[in-house]
Amino acid sequence: MASTERPLSPHLQIWRWGLHMGLSIAHRTTGIGNAVGALLLVWGFYALASGPEAFAGFHDFLTSLLGRLVLFGVTFSVMLHLCTGVRHLIMDTGRGLEIASNRRIGILAILAAIALTLGLWAGAYGFAGAL
Amino acid sequence: MTKFRTPISKVRGLGSARSGAHHWWHQRITAVVNLFLVLWFAASVMTLAGADYATIIWWVRDPIVSVLLVLLIGSLFYHFRLGVQIVIEDYVHDEGTKKISLLALTFATLALALAGILSVLKISFGG
Repeated sequence: MASTERPLSPHLQIWRWGLHMGLSIAHRTTGIGNAVGALLLVWGFYALASGPEAFAGFHDFLTSLLGRLVLFGVTFSVMLHLCTGVRHLIMDTGRGLEIASNRRIGILAILAAIALTLGLWAGAYGFAGAL
Repeated sequence: MTKFRTPISKVRGLGSARSGAHHWWHQRITAVVNLFLVLWFAASVMTLAGADYATIIWWVRDPIVSVLLVLLIGSLFYHFRLGVQIVIEDYVHDEGTKKISLLALTFATLALALAGILSVLKISFGG
């Protein structure tokens, strides 16, 4: 443990906001937010394993207005984390580290997450047959 | 007491012990696994929208689906545990609170993962 008072490196409030900074924070936030999705996943399989009555409770929640809002949020959170995660994997290879290319894959990740979220929901409503 | 300790004895056991990249590498492996399994799962749930209980059970019972679901839950919670560990290590500075938080994180993620996996296996084995 260092006991001497040393100057700290500048933190969030010092820097001018940029896409890369926003996406870095978003990646961490959505990663933690995905806990909601993980809980829904376990609840869903537990309800399925417990029988039709238990599953009806889970199903009722998911199809309620609140349930749909939560699931939509979870879908976007998971898809954004997935896309910014791929961006991180690309950066791990040393690519996309210049200002222009970093910005390009950042914008691409956001657009891909929006497209995936809307595509999945449009598809779900299509399969459910105008529920 | 401490002043009798040599500098080398103070740092022994604090290094990476050749496992410094272990956490980083496992996070990447599970990230790639999750990428494929989450997209597969999301697409599957999309096609199951509006399906009744029996249809969903029939889907889970398929051996390939069961295996992929077990892998998904395992990889997902392992990845989640690795990620939140970094967040705790970044923001929790008190050594005792940090240790307890990490133990609680491990216990919670393991318990939830096992609950999910056992539920899938119960359905798969026809319980």
